[in-house]
Amino acid sequence: MYEIRLHSRGGQGGVTAAKVLAYAAFLDGKYATATPLYGAERRGAPVVSFIRVDDTPIRVYSQIRTPDLVIVLDHSIMQTVDVTAGLREDGVVLVNSPHPVEVKGHTTYTVDLTSIALSLKMVLAGNPILNTPLIGAIAKMGIISRESAEKAIAETFSDERNVMAARKAFEELKI
Amino acid sequence: MAIPDEEYILKTTSACAGCPSSLILRYVTKAAGPDTVLVIPACCTSVIQGVYPTTAMNIPVYNVAFASAAAVGSGMSEAFRACGKKTNVICYAGDGGTVDIGIQALSGALERGNDFLYVCYDNEAYSNTGMQRSGATPFAARTTTTPAGKQDLKKDLDAIVAAHNPVYQATACAAYPVDLYNKVVKALSMPGPKFMHVLAPCPPGWRFPSEETIEMGKLAVKSGMWVLWERDHGKLAITGASKAAMVKRIPVADYLTRQGRFKGITEEQIAEIQAAIDRSIGCLQKEVESEC
Amino acid sequence: MLMIGTGNKAVALAVRDAKPVVVAAYPITPQTEIVEEIANYVTDGSMDARYIPVESEHSSMAACIGAAATGVRTFTATSSHGLVYMCEMLHMSAGARLPIVMANANRALGPGWNIGAEQSDSLSMRDTGWLQCYVSTAQEAYDTAFMAFRIAEHESVLLPVMINLDGFLLTHITQPFETVDPEGFLPPTNTPHAIDINHPGGYGTLTKGTEHFRFRWDIERGMRDSVAVIQEVEEAFAGRYGRRYDMVEEYRCEDAEVVIIAMGTLGKEMEVAVDILREEGVRAGSIRIRWFRPFPAIDLAGREVVVIDRDYSFGFGGVLANELRAKCGCRPFSVIAGLGGQEVTYDDIASFVRIRTEGGEHWFGVDA
Repeated sequence: MYEIRLHSRGGQGGVTAAKVLAYAAFLDGKYATATPLYGAERRGAPVVSFIRVDDTPIRVYSQIRTPDLVIVLDHSIMQTVDVTAGLREDGVVLVNSPHPVEVKGHTTYTVDLTSIALSLKMVLAGNPILNTPLIGAIAKMGIISRESAEKAIAETFSDERNVMAARKAFEELKI
Repeated sequence: MAIPDEEYILKTTSACAGCPSSLILRYVTKAAGPDTVLVIPACCTSVIQGVYPTTAMNIPVYNVAFASAAAVGSGMSEAFRACGKKTNVICYAGDGGTVDIGIQALSGALERGNDFLYVCYDNEAYSNTGMQRSGATPFAARTTTTPAGKQDLKKDLDAIVAAHNPVYQATACAAYPVDLYNKVVKALSMPGPKFMHVLAPCPPGWRFPSEETIEMGKLAVKSGMWVLWERDHGKLAITGASKAAMVKRIPVADYLTRQGRFKGITEEQIAEIQAAIDRSIGCLQKEVESEC
Repeated sequence: MLMIGTGNKAVALAVRDAKPVVVAAYPITPQTEIVEEIANYVTDGSMDARYIPVESEHSSMAACIGAAATGVRTFTATSSHGLVYMCEMLHMSAGARLPIVMANANRALGPGWNIGAEQSDSLSMRDTGWLQCYVSTAQEAYDTAFMAFRIAEHESVLLPVMINLDGFLLTHITQPFETVDPEGFLPPTNTPHAIDINHPGGYGTLTKGTEHFRFRWDIERGMRDSVAVIQEVEEAFAGRYGRRYDMVEEYRCEDAEVVIIAMGTLGKEMEVAVDILREEGVRAGSIRIRWFRPFPAIDLAGREVVVIDRDYSFGFGGVLANELRAKCGCRPFSVIAGLGGQEVTYDDIASFVRIRTEGGEHWFGVDA
C-alpha cells in the first residue's frame, strides 16, 4: 500500500486534489481511497488529506501515520506544522514553492505550482488553483500514469486549462 | 352556492354537545367533496372521529403527530400531484397544533408553496386536554393554566401566515357556515398553499351553555372581536356579517360577559380589549381601502 | 458502472437508481452531500422525483410519512441531532407501517459540538421499530441503500429501513464502487394500506389497549419476518449483481479462538488487526454486524469475544456489547472507542485484543 499525506490550507483545493489523485490511481486499475480530515477548520487553516493506493481493496479508515509521500501545497505551513512527522525513512516530500526547499534526510522535490496557475490565470475566489497542476507533478513522480492523470482532471473539470496546468507541472518538475 | 346534502362527518361522533369543531368540519368537508384526505394532528378532532376500528368520517383521515400536520400534508400533496391525482389535502388542526407546536411545520409548508389547504379551528386553548392556555388564548381569559386570566395577548396567527404570502387566506366562524363553505370552495379552486382560520366557540372551554355556540360566534363577529375576511392573492376583502361590523359594532362586553372564562374581568381590561378591537378594525379598513 | 466517489455519493446514486417519488430532506453535516446530490439529480432530470426541501428533520420524516401513506416510494437522509430531532416521527412511521428508507450519517451528539463519527445517534433510536443496517464501504452503502427499498416494501415487512454510515470516515471517503442496472430489481411499490379515496378509512385513530397491543405485536412479527426477507433480497442481489451480503460479515472466523465484533468502518479496519494478530500466532477472527435490527443470531460458543462500541448507554455499557451479552450469552471484553470521531487504528484494535479480560470494560484513551 502506498500512502500519501497532503498538507494544504482550507480553500486551496487539497481535498479535491486528493479525490482527483485517487481517481487517477483508480483509472490506472488500482484500488484507491481519499479521505479529508475534517475539523472545525475554516478557509486558510492548515488541513490534511490522506490518499491510499493499493493492488487490493483498502480496509483502513484511520489516518495515515507513516506516509510514503508527503505533499505540501503551501510551503508556509512548514513553519507551523511538522509535515514530515512519521514519514518513512525512504519517504519523499513534494513541496509547492517558488524556491527550492530541502527537507533533511528525505528526497525533496520542489515545483512552483502557484506560478503555473497564475500563468494560466487559474484563480478561484482569489486563490490560485493548485490541485490540477499538482496532479501533473505527481504523475511525473510515477505514482499515477500521465494518461490517467489527464483523464481524471478532464472528467472532473470542464476548463481545459486544468489539463494544460497539469502538463506544465509535469514538464517543470525535475526528477 | 348550494350546500350539498352529502355528509362526510356522520352523526355518531364523540364530540361534546354544541361542538363548533364538528360543525366547521362538516362544512369544510361538504365544500371539499369526496376526493379529499384529512390530515389531523392531536386535537379535539382526534377524539371526535371515533375509536378504532370505527370512524365517523366518510373520507380518509390520516392522524399524525402534534407538530407535524403541515409537513405531512405537504408530503402527501406532493405524492398525489406526482401521481397525477388532484385529491384535496386538508390539514385540520386546532389552535395549539397551529400557533404553538405546529407553527414551524406550517411556516415551512406555506413557504415551500405546497398545494394544500390548512384549516385551523381556533377554540383558543388546548381544549382536548382540558382547557390549558395556548398562544391563541385571548387576553384576560381564564384557563386551567392561567387561573387569574391570561396576561399576554392572543398571538396574531393571521399576520404570521400573511407574511408567507399564501395564494389564499381567510378567516371564518362556526356561526356562519355559508361564508365558511364558500371560502373553502374558493380556496380549493386554487393551486398552492391556502390557509383558513376559523373561530370555534367551545361551550365547555369557554364556559357557556351548549346551545349557545352559534350565538357566541355571532357575538364575536358583531362585536368585531372576530372579523370575517379573505385575502385572495394578498388582496383583502371583508366578507359576510363583518361588513356591517366594520361600521357599527355591539360593545365587546356583550360578548365577554356571556362566557365563564372571562369571569372576573375588570372594567379596565374590557376597555383595553374594546380599544384593541377598534384599532384593529381601523387597520383592516385602511388595508381594504389601500391600493397595495 | 464502475466509478469512484464518496460514501454519500454512493447512497445518493442508489436512491437515484431506486426511483423514489418523493424525497424530503434537511441538510446536516456530514450527510448534506446526499441531499445535495439528489437535489442535483432532480434538477438535471436524471431523477424524476419530487424533492421537498423541508424546514426541519421532524418535518422531513413527516413529509415522508404523508407521501408514503399514499403508497409511493420515499427517501430521506439525516444525521445526529437531526435523527434524534425526528425521533417522534421514527415511531410514527414504523407504527404506521410505512416502508420509508433513510440514510443516517452516524455522528456524535452535543454538547459540545462535535461532528465526528459516533453511533450513539442511531443506537438511541433502537426501539423505534426501524430496521437498522450499518455499512462499511461506499460499495456496501450503494448496494444496501438500493436493496433497502425492496426489503422495506416487502409485504411481510412493511417497516422503514435506516442505513447507517460512519460520519466522515465513510460519508466523506472517496472509494471505488460500482452501480448496478436497476431495471426490474425493485418491484413497484404495493402498500396494502395506502390511502384510497374509494375506500375511506381512519388511519391512526384513537386505539384501545387491546388493539394497540396487537399492532405492536404485528410490528414485532414484521421485524422477525424481515430476517428471511433480508436474506432473500440479498440472495437475489448476489444472484443478479454478484456481490454477496449477509446479516453479518465474518473474517477468518473458522478456527478463531477470539473474535472481535464491531459495526461500521471499525468493523472493516479490524480485519487488518486480525491479520496482524494471526501473524503473532493469535487465532483471531472478526464479525462485523451489518443488521443491528433485526439482530442476527450469532454462535459465539467457546470463543472469547472482544466488542468495540462507538457508542455508550450511560449507566449500563456499550450498546453492542449489551446486545451480544443478552442475545448470545457471552461475556465479552467491551471496548468503548472512537466516540466523537476519536482516531482508532488497526494497531489500536489489535491492542484491545491483547489486553482483553472476560467481562471487562475498557474506555480507549480514557483508561490508563
